[in-house]
Amino acid sequence: MANIGTLNTTAAGIDAVAPKLGEGPSGPKPRPALSPRNIMLYGTLGVAALYYLLPLYVMVVTSLKGMPEIRLGNIFSPPMEITFEPWVKAWAEACTGLNCDGLSRGFWNSVRITVPSVIISIAIASVNGYALANWRFKGSELFFSILIIGAFIPYQVMIYPIVIILREIGIYGTLSGLVIVHSIFGMPILTLLFRNYFVSLPEELFKAARVDGAGFWQIFLKIMMPMSLPIFVVAMILQVTGIWNDFLFGVVFTRPDTYPMTVQLNNIVNSVQGVKEYNVNMAATILTGLVPLIVYFVSGRLFVRGIAAGAVKG
Amino acid sequence: MTGQAQAGRPNKLLRNLNAKIASIPMILTALVIFVGGTFWTVFYSFTNSKLLPRLSFVGIEQYERLWAAPRWVTAIENLALYGILSLIFSLVIGFVLAALMDQKIRFENTFRTIFLYPFALSFIVTGLVWQWVLNPDFGVQSVVRSLGWTSFTFNPLYTPEIVIYGILIAALWQGTGLVMCLMLAGLRGIDEDIWKAARVDGIPMWKTYLLIVIPMMRPVFITTIVIIASGIVKVYDLVVAQTSGGPGISSEVPAKYVYDYMFQAQNLGQGFAASTMMLVTVAIIIVPWAYLEFGGGRKRG
Repeated sequence: MANIGTLNTTAAGIDAVAPKLGEGPSGPKPRPALSPRNIMLYGTLGVAALYYLLPLYVMVVTSLKGMPEIRLGNIFSPPMEITFEPWVKAWAEACTGLNCDGLSRGFWNSVRITVPSVIISIAIASVNGYALANWRFKGSELFFSILIIGAFIPYQVMIYPIVIILREIGIYGTLSGLVIVHSIFGMPILTLLFRNYFVSLPEELFKAARVDGAGFWQIFLKIMMPMSLPIFVVAMILQVTGIWNDFLFGVVFTRPDTYPMTVQLNNIVNSVQGVKEYNVNMAATILTGLVPLIVYFVSGRLFVRGIAAGAVKG
Repeated sequence: MTGQAQAGRPNKLLRNLNAKIASIPMILTALVIFVGGTFWTVFYSFTNSKLLPRLSFVGIEQYERLWAAPRWVTAIENLALYGILSLIFSLVIGFVLAALMDQKIRFENTFRTIFLYPFALSFIVTGLVWQWVLNPDFGVQSVVRSLGWTSFTFNPLYTPEIVIYGILIAALWQGTGLVMCLMLAGLRGIDEDIWKAARVDGIPMWKTYLLIVIPMMRPVFITTIVIIASGIVKVYDLVVAQTSGGPGISSEVPAKYVYDYMFQAQNLGQGFAASTMMLVTVAIIIVPWAYLEFGGGRKRG
């Protein structure tokens, strides 16, 4: 938006078809649709778009083919005969180790991990952010700084102590253990997100409520929360996609019957024994990616806001 | 409920009591997990813990063993190569895409959606897809061969010397959309007058980008670099999904080394030492950045 004027003149300068327009004082010039500049521009973007879309296309196409067709053809050719059998198999029959009930178990595990993790981490972080923004106490900024710096520490450094803690509590290998881990590691970014948002709200509002006698929780529940719906949605998008896509915590903190979908998917596809059923593998891959993709397409610009906020800014 | 303002000066500890109660999870996380956990791991990296952590100190023996292990050296080399290349390529590709997107184009939303959607996918999904696309028997290589170039060879995931580039392709596919978004936001933040002034001075567009716009976007670049860099050090899922570290040990990365030694080889001491080295790597990246951003007494715009 910043440079319409510049680019129009550049375009006109390059383009020999439209020199008669000259330098007019009023409004942007109409741009010829087929200028060399436009061909270059859209050509480059088109090629780039192709690179980004191709894997998705290959995934879908492969998942709809039968195995004989895969062995014959190339991965880019569209299926001659569309079959949904690989999808059914991926969902309900594919084997990981001893279990042969497909991805469905992993899917429900992931749901049972993601839902409480998202709720708990957002609940904790929003209250934290609120306390940091409006009720600072001695040391609060210090703890917050540690939290933010902690976000940069590689998880591998903290994983084993957490294993010990969870084992001591007796929830190592359970879904609740993983929920706690996700809530802990979601805290830095979410707290930052909420703190920055609450700081941006007008202070008079908070002061007026205090004068009226509202307390810590009352102000939070009745004033802050209703005003912060957008940021709650952003936090939710950030957490749902982040937790759903997690692999490392899943593989460390769960056991085969509590594996989240990503871990199960990797085990199905990268299992060494048996014939590789590429169509089933690709169907399984799509199924696992479906939840974050739906979140992405439904939430649109909010997703961008979420990742921009999640992209730890000091 | 607030328990303050009454009775003159209440106990100092009870001031803001609710805020303190609400902050307990944060305080616990900060102290127990982040500080405690980190120190615990660093501390135990000087022991010869095997299956279970135990307190028998061996000095820096674990680190000597680590750096003598070909697998770790390969992991570090891979990380360095992968890191430098992915930093350069994602910045260049991300910036070019953003600059193109900033030209008042049609279908901007469509393009943005296409470039960013891989970022919504997990590294596991990304890795598996590219494992399939780069499959020598069915993927790119076989397609090009079937077009007539029968000697065409493009087999990165099964060729030790270039396997890391195969991983890089997938990583760039997944991550450049985010870089583009950040860069686009940065470009949109540049004042229109800058462009006008540059035009009046007759500076060509590429020069305006190179000499004026990019230096002005310094904060965006720094943020982006820190994000990419801290992601690079953690790279794990992608390698597991795409190659499982193979062929042989040729696509090993530090994060995978740590996991394997902690949870599979039952050699905790090695795992702790390796993860401490990862911590050092991150510190090397973060400390100068934090200094530039917050220290040095410089005012930021």
